[in-house]
Amino acid sequence: MKTSKFTYHAPRTVAEALDTLAEHSVDAKVLAGGQSLVPVMAMRLAAPAHLVDINKLTPELGDLEVTGDGVRIGALVRHARLERDADAAVRVPLVGQALRHVAHPTIRNRGTTVGSLAHADPSAEMPVVLALLGGSVVARSVRGERTIDAADFFVGPMESVLGYDELAVSAFFPAVPGRAGTAFDEITRRHGDYAMCGLAVVAQLDEADRFTSLRLAFVSVSDVPEVVDLTDDVAGTPYTDVDHAALGDRVRELVDPAGDLHASADFRRHLAAVLTQRLTREAAERAAGVAPGAAATAGTAPTTRGGRA
Amino acid sequence: MTTRGFGEPVKRVEDPRLVTGKGRYVDDIGDDRTLHAAFVRSPHARARIRDIDPFEAYEVDGVVAVYTWDDLAGPAAEPLPLLIPHPDLTHPRTGYALARDAVNHVGEAVAMVVARDRYVAEDAVALVKVDYEVLKPVVGLRKAAAAEELVYDDVPGNAAAVSTQAYGDAATAVAQAPHRLTFEWDIERSACMPMEGKGVHARWDRHEEKLTLWTATQTSTGVRGAVSAKLGLDLTQVDVVTPDVGGGFGVKIVHPWPEEIMVPWASMRLGRDVKWTEDRREHFVSSAHERAQLLTVDVGFDDEGRVLGMEVDILHDHGAYIPYGLIVPINASTQLLGPYKPDAYRVTFTSLYTNTVLVTPYRGAGRPQGVYAMERTMDRIAQYLGKDRLAVREANFIQPDEFPVDFGLMFQDGRPLKYDSGNYPGLADKLRALVGWDEFEDFRAQARSEGRRVGIGLGFYVEGTGPGPYEGGHVQVLTSGKVKVATGITSQGQGHQTAFAQIVATELGVPFEDVIVTTGDTRRFGYSVGTFASRGAVMSGSAIALAARKVRDRTLRLAADALEADPGDLEIVEGQVQVKGDPSTAVGIGTVAVLSNPLRYAFDEASKAATQFSGGPVDYSQPPIAPGDKPGLDETDYYSPPASTFAAGAHAVIVETDPDTAEIHILKYAVVHDCGRMVNPRIVEGQIHGGVAQGVGGALYEVMAYDEAGQLANASFMDFLMPYVSEVPTSIEIDHLETPSPLNPLGIKGAGEAGVIPTSAAIAAAIEDAEGIPIVRMPISPSELFDLRRAAAYPEPVVNTMPGTASTRWVDPASLPAAPTTESEDRP
Repeated sequence: MKTSKFTYHAPRTVAEALDTLAEHSVDAKVLAGGQSLVPVMAMRLAAPAHLVDINKLTPELGDLEVTGDGVRIGALVRHARLERDADAAVRVPLVGQALRHVAHPTIRNRGTTVGSLAHADPSAEMPVVLALLGGSVVARSVRGERTIDAADFFVGPMESVLGYDELAVSAFFPAVPGRAGTAFDEITRRHGDYAMCGLAVVAQLDEADRFTSLRLAFVSVSDVPEVVDLTDDVAGTPYTDVDHAALGDRVRELVDPAGDLHASADFRRHLAAVLTQRLTREAAERAAGVAPGAAATAGTAPTTRGGRA
Repeated sequence: MTTRGFGEPVKRVEDPRLVTGKGRYVDDIGDDRTLHAAFVRSPHARARIRDIDPFEAYEVDGVVAVYTWDDLAGPAAEPLPLLIPHPDLTHPRTGYALARDAVNHVGEAVAMVVARDRYVAEDAVALVKVDYEVLKPVVGLRKAAAAEELVYDDVPGNAAAVSTQAYGDAATAVAQAPHRLTFEWDIERSACMPMEGKGVHARWDRHEEKLTLWTATQTSTGVRGAVSAKLGLDLTQVDVVTPDVGGGFGVKIVHPWPEEIMVPWASMRLGRDVKWTEDRREHFVSSAHERAQLLTVDVGFDDEGRVLGMEVDILHDHGAYIPYGLIVPINASTQLLGPYKPDAYRVTFTSLYTNTVLVTPYRGAGRPQGVYAMERTMDRIAQYLGKDRLAVREANFIQPDEFPVDFGLMFQDGRPLKYDSGNYPGLADKLRALVGWDEFEDFRAQARSEGRRVGIGLGFYVEGTGPGPYEGGHVQVLTSGKVKVATGITSQGQGHQTAFAQIVATELGVPFEDVIVTTGDTRRFGYSVGTFASRGAVMSGSAIALAARKVRDRTLRLAADALEADPGDLEIVEGQVQVKGDPSTAVGIGTVAVLSNPLRYAFDEASKAATQFSGGPVDYSQPPIAPGDKPGLDETDYYSPPASTFAAGAHAVIVETDPDTAEIHILKYAVVHDCGRMVNPRIVEGQIHGGVAQGVGGALYEVMAYDEAGQLANASFMDFLMPYVSEVPTSIEIDHLETPSPLNPLGIKGAGEAGVIPTSAAIAAAIEDAEGIPIVRMPISPSELFDLRRAAAYPEPVVNTMPGTASTRWVDPASLPAAPTTESEDRP
């Protein structure tokens, strides 16, 4: 488990990094937090001839900016910093709700959120959040800079539209306007593992607590993040009147996950339905300003954990 | 008296060093001149090797040598040893140091590259061309038993051994019993997975013609014997040293591993230090696994649940080779009996070859499987009779006044299965209180009212520990007053330095802090068997105690001369020899050590007292060393037991299953444990904690996901799910019973494996109790529980299966539609 031979580059400016990427193109990989890339290299599942370490570029890539529109993060913002940013938590709560589920604290201390987006793992949380919020990634190369919508960014498992010479310099997570609530949860084998199934939900209500939109995106269910729009199922209905179990059944029909060692396809589909039932209610309650769970009946409340006999 | 003696919960003296990164492991040895080895390993589960072409590998800058089987000669080229022969092991097969002309599992070593560093070595490994003729592999117990394909053409039925043991007429007893049930219990593979894998560093000194081998082993003397035999060296030319070892759990008792032959072989050939450090992927595919068994039980019992007859057939998957013999299935088939003695018993095991990594003991070593079959059978007898599960067990217990109990069977040490002592009803009483057995139905009712599902399960076990043949100890008092202790067994984190120092502190009467223990270094102690089967404390602890007693006697005798007193009037307190109760007479044992060794030359102030003109009272009629006596204050002794000593315990667990997601959470875990007299209760509890953690892994998380081609699909810590601390119960409640063993001077029994043995049985029973669905195979994942629920057509929470309550509802397994997870031949 030793990497194959590679040339290590540690550019001092983004321009220098882009020159290096342009020069080595397909043979180069960008090293940010290294929490996915380094193990893959150690197992020789990836063997880039050139490694372009961007960790010295904090002045250019280290900004975390919260505006009225949302949260913009540079490529060197670590998960942990974004997770703990109080302003970001207020502006785009879903980001923090999801980040708590990204691996373990030690990995979040080092791993970067933009790096996770660029890695495009269908089992990762943050690509799903970006897709659901309709965010974007800014990519730069010697050819120039472009902004790529989340809907266009992910093209396959572990595959984005980033060119070999491009560096993802920042990402933008937009705030959800109006009376909105979000929720995130996932079911894992062990604490911090990749999810067997995860779900992010955005619910929007009008002033009479009627749904105006309800959108979902699942982790570990599709090759690329897909937004499941259930607005037509609930629009105009007060959230307290919605049959959340029926929404789960609806999702059961809509998703088509694959099975693996840890969860069969059917089990994943089932978990997608369970999470839908739980989280559409939770997101709507947040939109309505009700503490999640307060209005839930006993039969559908999440199981109390860690109780003692 | 010292407060850190025998029986005290002393904190482990090893830990500050180990947890602050000051441990020294095999990989820490060597310098930048050391050469590094990497191995070409088979990508196929079964193939013939047509040709190996290392040419391209030699082109890599920094490659020193590439070796294949053709380079070997003499004993090194012969098959690896069959370590434990057995009359029933009629078809033993072992591998070679490097594959000769065939490979039989993915990961088998085929060629060795030696290079400047490990990076270069791995580059070159990728360039060694091996031409394979791929054959159809045999994977999974049922395929092996069906024997439509054979792993070895000359091993009919894929069976290395078929072995039967019995007492009484079990078949008749079962047939004539008032009630009869049959079951098939199924346990999946798991593995030891020590945090440090294997590792070997060899240094051949061509001037001294001596080999020093550092290896992460559980038996340094075993490796020394094997390596000297394979490399044609005298035993005196080989020293084997185990530095700190990061866990063993059984896998490191196997020896010699191919790398333990090849690395020193290369060092001798190249005249350079050579090292190899196993990486995690290698550990998954080229070390050893355990556990996989299918156990068929046919049991007859009376109205009280007393087992009148029991017939058991075990299919045991031992992988591609069987160097460690039949230890695991012998353990499973004999220790299945646990704290019970059915009137008649017959067990037959068939040990089967498969094209997978070999199977050798992993903590528990066959006992978890046997206990799983027996304890789950007890559960089902209780269910069938509508009786309390604990009550049925109590009806079957061997009683405290029945010891010793000789079953008329042979145990894994080649000696009678004979329980020396125990108090099983006492265990049950303590467990009942500790877990709240009698209050559980109230808890269940409360939980059910909240929409929650909970269940309780339990498991008892008896574990033969401390098998022989022997261990030894050397205790030496230095002139500084420090006490050096050496024993041959190796340490992998058990806390031997602490526990053995406690024994010596108490036996000798010296401060705990003054005792320094060395283990697993053939330079310090050359006679030993090894660390396995919960034998360290029993064997080396007893030997060290005997040696310490001899040192104490000698110290008192020598001091008696100096103090002109009778030895019987003296005592040793905190390292001072004195007339009983009179500290004014005290002489340090360091001074006694000085006097014990008459000197011609003084090296320091202390030694002046032992020189010839020092002026003490001298009896000129006697020589300085009396006839039959010896210089120095040190003694060696050995302990060789007549039989193993049998520890016991009981676990109970309360689980909660999520009605929606099928997640399984452990709410409470309770252990009652009897390992005789405890040297150090803190260490015993630490052993229990670690064992339970591994048991939880085996029950809920760990599988070896071999596909039909014999590829291990989850050979990394990303997909092989060992429990994190977040998956282990946050508190494990422990109570102790201390039933001394009559077999050894300290009355102790082994404690190392106890935590892992009944865990799968207890957790399976608890899930079954929570769900009302028969749980047959372990481990079980949420995905599999989901499948079982669907198969059982129980969309709603199911009432409990606790016998004796009004809501009992049970489903006959035979009436259930087959679930996908129980029907398929092998796990995905």
